[in-house]
Amino acid sequence: MDRRGRIAAGVRDSFSAGLGIFPLGIALGLLVLQAGLPWWLTPALSLSAFAGSLELLLVGMTASVTPLAAIALTVLVVNFRHVFYAFSFPLHLVRHPVAKAYAVYAMIDEAYAVNASLPERERSAERLLALQIACEIYWVGGGLVGVALGAVLPAPVKGLEFALCALFTVLTLDAFRSRREIPSVLLAGASVTVALVLAPGLALFAALLLFVALLLARHALTARRPAPETADA
Amino acid sequence: MPSTSYLVAVLAIVFTITFALRAVPFVVLGRLRDSMIVRRLAAWMPVGILAILAVTALRGTIATDPHGTRYALLAVAVTIAVHLAFGRRTILSVGFGTAVYVVLLNAL
Repeated sequence: MDRRGRIAAGVRDSFSAGLGIFPLGIALGLLVLQAGLPWWLTPALSLSAFAGSLELLLVGMTASVTPLAAIALTVLVVNFRHVFYAFSFPLHLVRHPVAKAYAVYAMIDEAYAVNASLPERERSAERLLALQIACEIYWVGGGLVGVALGAVLPAPVKGLEFALCALFTVLTLDAFRSRREIPSVLLAGASVTVALVLAPGLALFAALLLFVALLLARHALTARRPAPETADA
Repeated sequence: MPSTSYLVAVLAIVFTITFALRAVPFVVLGRLRDSMIVRRLAAWMPVGILAILAVTALRGTIATDPHGTRYALLAVAVTIAVHLAFGRRTILSVGFGTAVYVVLLNAL
């Protein structure tokens, strides 16, 4: 595939993520206005955080002038999951230093997820960056549409955020097809179940932490066997 | 309404912490790239992380509209069925599953 083809593939990858990101952006714009905050906070938050669930959470905290230390702690806990993405995010494909910095800044759940479901041979720097730039455009664009709609629309359509759930479900199926990691799926299922029961307010963070702990235990238990091939990770 | 200087301080904190959380692990992992444990975690993690994201996103949907729990579960089943039956076209599967949920939630 040539350069143009790789960029086009990345833009195509972004469409399914956009189905979830764009409506969520609209929701953010509506929420910012409803909270009585200035409209420009919507694109400013989207560009500074670029993390959907965190931004929706921050709107309420900002509107009630929560102390900055509490905001910092919330950001740290909610986004801590991104620490785990580094293990399997193909940053080594991106050579240019500025592009590398952008790829790290724009490592959102959707970009990580869409890329993780691709076979190794189909990944490239252009495809990854095109996906990330497109996602950011959907997110900021959705926020601006939400701000514009907020003035005229009394009740937005409910339930559009389900698109994110559908996207992650489909990507799980695809990732499982390219690598039949049954133990990982079982350990993840156990982690998320325990997290939902014991720490429902921090379920995503707790589940990821538990999952990594279980994988480390799995590594320790199988340490003498050879490492798996990462050719199509 | 919060002051502009407060909002700017929030934006600066949010940017700094978010970027650091995304960047620091790469700096640390860069030196460990060839270690067996990092290679194994890289192979084992993606499908599990995706499954965890799917479950927590479903829980978020249900928490937003608790009376739509049955519709959400049905829509997940529809999404999976469409994905497996119609050649794994992501946009089709996500679009169809979301349409089922939105229609059921708003119409019933």
